[in-house]
Amino acid sequence: MQVQVSSSASAPAHGDDARALVLRGLRKEYRAGQPVLRGIDLVLPGSGLTAIIGPSGTGKSTLIRCINRLVQPTSGEILFRGQDLAKLSGRSLRSARRRIGMVFQEYNLVERLTVMENLLCGRLGYVSAWRAWLRRFPPQDIARAFDLLDAVGLPGFATRRADALSGGQRQRVGIARAIMQEPDIILADEPTSSLDPKTSVEIMEILNRFAVERSIPVIVNIHNVELARRFASRIVGMTGGLVVYDGAPQGLTEADLKTIYGGENWME
Amino acid sequence: MTVATQLERDWQRFTPLKRLSRFAFYLFAALALVISLRTIDVIPEFLYDAPDQMTDLFKRMWPPDPSYIRPTLQGLIETLHIATLGTIIAIGLAVPIGLLAARNVTPNFALNLFAKFVFVTSRSINSLVWALLFVAIFGPGPLAGTLAIAFRSIGFTGKLFAEAMEEANAGSIEALTAAGASRSSTLLLGYWPQIRPAFWSIALFRWDINIRESAVLGIVGAGGVGVALDTALNLLYWDQVAVVLIAIFAVVVLAEIVVTSVRARLL
Amino acid sequence: MSVTDPAAPGPRTAFAPNRLGRLGWIALVVYVIYAGSQLGFSAERFSSGLEHGHRFLVRMFPPSFARWELIYDGILESLQIAVIATFFGILMSLPVGLMAARNLMPAWISWPMRGVIALCRSFHPIIVAILFVKAIGFGALAGVMALVVASVGFISKLFAEAIEEISLKQVEAVRATGAGFLSILIMGVQPQVLPRFIGFATYQLDSNLRNSTMVGIVGGGGIGAALFTAYQRFDFDVVLAILIVIVSLIMVAEIVSGWARRVFQ
Repeated sequence: MQVQVSSSASAPAHGDDARALVLRGLRKEYRAGQPVLRGIDLVLPGSGLTAIIGPSGTGKSTLIRCINRLVQPTSGEILFRGQDLAKLSGRSLRSARRRIGMVFQEYNLVERLTVMENLLCGRLGYVSAWRAWLRRFPPQDIARAFDLLDAVGLPGFATRRADALSGGQRQRVGIARAIMQEPDIILADEPTSSLDPKTSVEIMEILNRFAVERSIPVIVNIHNVELARRFASRIVGMTGGLVVYDGAPQGLTEADLKTIYGGENWME
Repeated sequence: MTVATQLERDWQRFTPLKRLSRFAFYLFAALALVISLRTIDVIPEFLYDAPDQMTDLFKRMWPPDPSYIRPTLQGLIETLHIATLGTIIAIGLAVPIGLLAARNVTPNFALNLFAKFVFVTSRSINSLVWALLFVAIFGPGPLAGTLAIAFRSIGFTGKLFAEAMEEANAGSIEALTAAGASRSSTLLLGYWPQIRPAFWSIALFRWDINIRESAVLGIVGAGGVGVALDTALNLLYWDQVAVVLIAIFAVVVLAEIVVTSVRARLL
Repeated sequence: MSVTDPAAPGPRTAFAPNRLGRLGWIALVVYVIYAGSQLGFSAERFSSGLEHGHRFLVRMFPPSFARWELIYDGILESLQIAVIATFFGILMSLPVGLMAARNLMPAWISWPMRGVIALCRSFHPIIVAILFVKAIGFGALAGVMALVVASVGFISKLFAEAIEEISLKQVEAVRATGAGFLSILIMGVQPQVLPRFIGFATYQLDSNLRNSTMVGIVGGGGIGAALFTAYQRFDFDVVLAILIVIVSLIMVAEIVSGWARRVFQ
């Protein structure tokens, strides 16, 4: 399918940004002959919040999960900080993963563990299994965890069990867990899809704040276009496994949205 | 940072009380293990010799003796009857007693206790011991075996059945009672549809276990393939023993398959 | 009366008769009668049995603790067998159950392991005890080994099933942080299966205790031997005494199990 990639004139040049994430020719076929990602070429900026929008089933989630290899790409390159993430395995993959934080649609906290233990999971890439078992994490990690809990608005929640929290609270813990890794990039796979509108805004605010304060690029999958427009500094529109829009939120026109979501009544 | 906030920020995985009880338990378990290991009467030579002895045994079992297949199969069929009939009798008895034990069906505490006592007694006595008792009363043979299986299974099925009843959704029962339904109607139309899957699951589970148990009762004379096993063992005909073991294994696997497919269809 | 419309679905019944279900119940009754006759049940056997039973019960009371040192030694040995067998059984079940979990392990590991577990479970501990006794001699060792096999069979199967039922999403999140395999197990899998595992382990302790009192009948050590001897000598009052001790022991064990479950909740 030949599509016109439309970019806004005010798109910042980020080709030489050392912290950018570059995707080249990324393809994923879950079943042979039926590609979900049809060769993505994309440069995701190394700062600010980038939103990926598009209808369900278009490969947004697959794209994000290819980056940290929770899904194995069929072919293509994922260049980040001088490494091709698509080629890593074993130890080097684990090393790379610990620098990539992920926030999930369904929070994916370990329900039976406390909030503190869930936060400390973020440091598992840095401590041995033995210490994890004895829960002997370095005191700086514990101090950092407490600070993060304050930062996401959950002071005093450290000893609560994760399954005793509301959805919004769980997602904040999820974000804090990702930040605990001191990541170079944060991936968020539909972080607000399971939350009510008000909480969704709060979560996006937290993500945006971290992106700005800590200079970490945040890539967010989102199907709510309004939220994307409000918080993102860059928008990538996908449809049918291809990128059809890549530019600033202000440049996103109705025509672009029609291309992405298809049909006049894309909002219904 | 003030001292107060610093103290709050010390993260402990367990409260002191929890830590104490965990420690106490570990200590108790460790002591039990160490004392048992030290005082148990085991001759070390036997332990080192064990692998050789086992290989020797397996060599004597191979090849299995085909002439023993017929008596084994006859014994197996008897075992299956013992297991099935025993389970049926057990459930027949366990259901009424289970109704007595369920607190939401029978609010009488004394009756609950009585029913629970019946179950505990039934479970605490091994099926082999029940078999010994019934052999003494009714003489050797499958009658003793069936009753042994039945009496042992009452406790198991009854307890699980009563628990399933107690977990039934009170709302639908309430609705039926409010509409003026009688006791038996409430039981049949309110409880039974809810616990039916659990009931069959328990019944199948126990039947599966009972097949294994029934196979052994013959050793004390209570019928089934255990008799064939016992005879072969006493004569030290290991190749015949092998036939019985293979037959038991096959039946157990078949029963497993039956149970899994019935479960998949019912639930 | 007008003829009903041929296109209408027929007379309206509120409840379709459950033919299959009724057939099932009838088949059950037929089977009970058939099996009963095959096994030689008859009215006179029952009545003579009840008479015997009465005499039998009379001989059991009062229970006789005259040979209490014998009973004491036997119960102690049964306890030792149960404790040791449960410990080693749990230890061995951890790797075996883990390897049998189809959601964490590739098929060429999980299926053979499941086969091993099935083998362990197929035979009643008594039969396994007989084999061990014949192989390595009378005594507690045979009893311990038989119960270790039984424990591994039981705990591993349920452990594998518990692992297969966990939420893999939670595990995925832990994996995404860059944790190694062991760390994933510790922080992602273990918290999800631990309470159930404690449940099976305590159940197996109970079960091992019950079985350890029996393996003595076939030479595996413990109080079973004393029980069987008294039985064969018709000393039913001693038999009752031993049974009372066994039942009390099992009740104490259930209390200990309850404690363990609460501590590790």
